[in-house]
Amino acid sequence: MIELRRRPGRFAPAGIALVLLTLLLLVLGGLLDGLYNGSSGALRAQPGDLITYSSDAKLSLVRSRIDSATVAEVEDVPGVEAAGGLGTALLGAKVPDHNDEVSVALFGYQLAPRGVPSPPAQIGDVYADRSLKAYGVKEGQTLLLGPAEYPVVVVGWVSDTNFLLQGGLWGNLDTWQAALGSARPDAVLAPGTVQALTVTAVAGADPTQVASAIDEATGGATETVTRAKAVASLPGLEQQRTTFNSIIYTTFFVAALVVSLFFALLTLERIGMYAVFKAVGASSRQIFTQVLLQAIVIAVISLVVGGLLALGASLVIPPQVPIQLTAGRAVEVAVGLIIMSTIGSALSLRRVVRIDPASAIG
Amino acid sequence: MSALKLDHVRKVYQSGDDETVALDHASMEVGDDEILALVGPSGSGKTTLLSISGGLLSPSEGQVVVAGDDISGYDPKRLTEFRRTSVGFVFQSVNLVPFLTARENLLVVADFDKRDKKRSAARADQLLDELGLAKRKKNLPGQLSGGERQRVAVGRAFMNEPALVLIDEPTSALDTKLGEQVMELIVTEVRARNTAAIIVTHDLRMTHYADRTLHITDGVLETS
Repeated sequence: MIELRRRPGRFAPAGIALVLLTLLLLVLGGLLDGLYNGSSGALRAQPGDLITYSSDAKLSLVRSRIDSATVAEVEDVPGVEAAGGLGTALLGAKVPDHNDEVSVALFGYQLAPRGVPSPPAQIGDVYADRSLKAYGVKEGQTLLLGPAEYPVVVVGWVSDTNFLLQGGLWGNLDTWQAALGSARPDAVLAPGTVQALTVTAVAGADPTQVASAIDEATGGATETVTRAKAVASLPGLEQQRTTFNSIIYTTFFVAALVVSLFFALLTLERIGMYAVFKAVGASSRQIFTQVLLQAIVIAVISLVVGGLLALGASLVIPPQVPIQLTAGRAVEVAVGLIIMSTIGSALSLRRVVRIDPASAIG
Repeated sequence: MSALKLDHVRKVYQSGDDETVALDHASMEVGDDEILALVGPSGSGKTTLLSISGGLLSPSEGQVVVAGDDISGYDPKRLTEFRRTSVGFVFQSVNLVPFLTARENLLVVADFDKRDKKRSAARADQLLDELGLAKRKKNLPGQLSGGERQRVAVGRAFMNEPALVLIDEPTSALDTKLGEQVMELIVTEVRARNTAAIIVTHDLRMTHYADRTLHITDGVLETS
């Protein structure tokens, strides 16, 4: 540790590499989380265990339509405690004093999602996702939705409710139907028709059995899946996760490689010194512990510096880039890098063990 | 009790079918406050003898007893512990840790032995004081003169209060005048602590500092 303090320059190459890798991991992880949360927030926030779509929609909320008769059939299925209608319209919104349109996902809902109050009583009132603040949206403002400029008033804020990377607006079902009808007069829905149902199973019931019972009761007119499956079925979401995770795991591997190469070279350079240590009574374990500690301290310092850089980067990245730095991701990167640094430095163990103390003499 | 007793010690190195005898039935004894000079040409086996005496190598045959402990059959782990507690080394090229101060170079020995930090610090300060390095203890080796570095190396060898100090070619890289100063320093310090020492040297001019001189040729010891 003394060497780290007195000769920090010696450790700079590994430190700089790990800072950059930390930055890369946090930015990649932040983008993955931003894309995932921004795409799926509205579905993850649903209060029910199950989401029911029309069977021809292939689990697409946008394509799905469930009429009032089917809604009634679902509500009567044994094991269903509550079923609430859900509808969405993906629209452009004009924000006062801003030239550019903001993409929003207007939701009409009956059962309040996590962190969202009960539906506003007043038609045209909506709760807005906090992410819309970055686009200049303010409480009390009137937003104009779609080409027909349907007005909605922001009456409060909610969090993590975006859908397909569009800012969530949450109003009652009438607000949704009216906005949808104004934007697409050809798509006006019959009264009582919703796009999907969020279904809560009674306590103790197996959600998958309830899902089968719903689809059976509607004669195959519906496809009911768990909330997790509904999220996983969002277009491109799984592919995004797989791609980003592959890059993240590769970066972790590169981190282990950097640390192992650095400490392999450092150990080679220090064979003479370690031989003297062994000659005066140091065990291989004591020497290796020092190597390990150095690797961990370098990793921790790099994590702090890389984390601060990532935080700084997230502040200057425009809101259109869906980056989201979370504590969970930071912990994952920290644990991953420390494990990789440990593994990387552990590769020097064999070399340390093989150092012959007799080589200190002659 | 003698500080070191070698009884018919052999060291054979195997290389394929070839055998090299580095030490051939060496027997000798060093008294508990005796200074012994071991002299021989390059490749004569003096380093092997020193290494076996200090537990750096195990003998192929024979018995090695240091301060009453028979270390001949010790496994590497016990030899490490033995070196940590019972012998001191002064290496040919001093070999101080460049990023540690003079004081820390002494304390590193105590750290490996997990000794009481307060007592170790007091011991290091005392040794540095006795070696005339009290004002230089916070200096790094690069900030010390050659003679001062040598003194730090001597201090490190005495840090664990050893029964036997093994000194490898202390004057090999020095001119005659400086070599004599270093030998004088080593001998004075060894005698002041009533410790036994073996000084390996190829320089016959330095043997008069020792109580006794042994010659070694082709792995065979002969009394001078």
